[in-house]
Amino acid sequence: MVSTAYAVAASVQDPELPQLTLADLGILRAVHEDGDTVTATITPTYSGCPAMREISADLVHRLKQAGYREVSVRTQLSPAWTSDWITEAGRAKLAEAGIAPPHAAPNRTAPVPLTLTARPRIACPHCGSARTTQTAQFSGTACKSLHRCDDCREPFEHVKAI
Amino acid sequence: MTDHDNPYEGLADEGDDHRWAFGTGFTDPLEGVETSIPAGIDPEALATYCLMLGDDALIYSQRLQQWMTRMPELEEETALANIALDLLGQARMFLSRAAKIENTTEDKLAFFRVEHEYRNVRLVERLDEDFAELVARLLVFSTWRLALFERLGISRDPVIAAIAGKGVKELTYHRDYAAQWVVRLGDGTNFSHGKMQAALDSVWPLVDELFLPCTDPALDAVVGRAEFDVVLDTVFATATLDRPEVAARAGAAGKTGRDGVHTEALGYVLAELQSIARSYPDAEW
Repeated sequence: MVSTAYAVAASVQDPELPQLTLADLGILRAVHEDGDTVTATITPTYSGCPAMREISADLVHRLKQAGYREVSVRTQLSPAWTSDWITEAGRAKLAEAGIAPPHAAPNRTAPVPLTLTARPRIACPHCGSARTTQTAQFSGTACKSLHRCDDCREPFEHVKAI
Repeated sequence: MTDHDNPYEGLADEGDDHRWAFGTGFTDPLEGVETSIPAGIDPEALATYCLMLGDDALIYSQRLQQWMTRMPELEEETALANIALDLLGQARMFLSRAAKIENTTEDKLAFFRVEHEYRNVRLVERLDEDFAELVARLLVFSTWRLALFERLGISRDPVIAAIAGKGVKELTYHRDYAAQWVVRLGDGTNFSHGKMQAALDSVWPLVDELFLPCTDPALDAVVGRAEFDVVLDTVFATATLDRPEVAARAGAAGKTGRDGVHTEALGYVLAELQSIARSYPDAEW
């Protein structure tokens, strides 16, 4: 059964991608509710993600607004976040916001292969064209790369598959 | 209604608006993580090992940040900022782990130690003279650290294993970024090829130190030099570069960065890294 606290926590927006909720992003791992005490567990997308502190503060704020007195937020590092945890709804919202959603994350078994050539082309979220060029492996945040559509000429971001 | 209508409200929790001058505040990166030490692991050795892995990332992140506003293109600037940020995140978790064991704080470890107390390899403290040196060192460092973290994913310490498991995903991008630039410059013009080869030659004397055994064998995962060389030889072949043949830089009386014996370069890094914290020791971040 989905608790009320879970519903509140799940609806908190991500500060960097406000179109998406924490549940959409797959970073809300658990919400434990006991009377007016709530413990929410979140997992960072990237080690240095500066949004974690804001997310934590937002969770506390929203859960207290919802009437819970004791709210704590815990970090869970393992298993590490993967872009595969972004929900279908989250992917649709990304595309709607002009951000190309991630493909399936690489399945990592022993040595990570070196990539010396450009990664696969990402379809343009604006016009759907497959003729696109990656302009940077990193964008405004570590979780995204930057691309340009060779047809409609619009730049766009892409959430990297990790 | 959103939580982010007013950006200034996001800068401080209620009642602590004095903090925002230093940024948006920090919480313990290991908040709520189970940090008890598994039986059979010596806490002192664990703390030392966390310092080594944390200091490598902290000092290197600081050096990368010195490139900000100096990169050739905006895209490269954001790339490097993100790489530096990933490393800073890794540093914070390792330093927090060490701090809990040593009954101190992450900030005290980052800002209030003196040179000989840092356990980073000397490779990370040097100054990049040009862009070729930047990508040469990033290739060497990220290739080694990625191989190490792949092994540490099954570390006996679950916190190290978790940090490493996450770090592998980040370092994969760092290594690809550096390798692609090394290929582009090495296999570019005569001028860029010469610069790239010279950069590798200048970094190479500090490579051997990465492969020294660090600490308690129960914790340390030693990366085989052969595994590292295979990756770099692939890059060098594609980039038409030669693997440097230069002697390793000696330590002082056999001691190196892992023992706290550093080059002059570390002093400059620490002066910049620590100046604000030391000027305002009572400030909260």
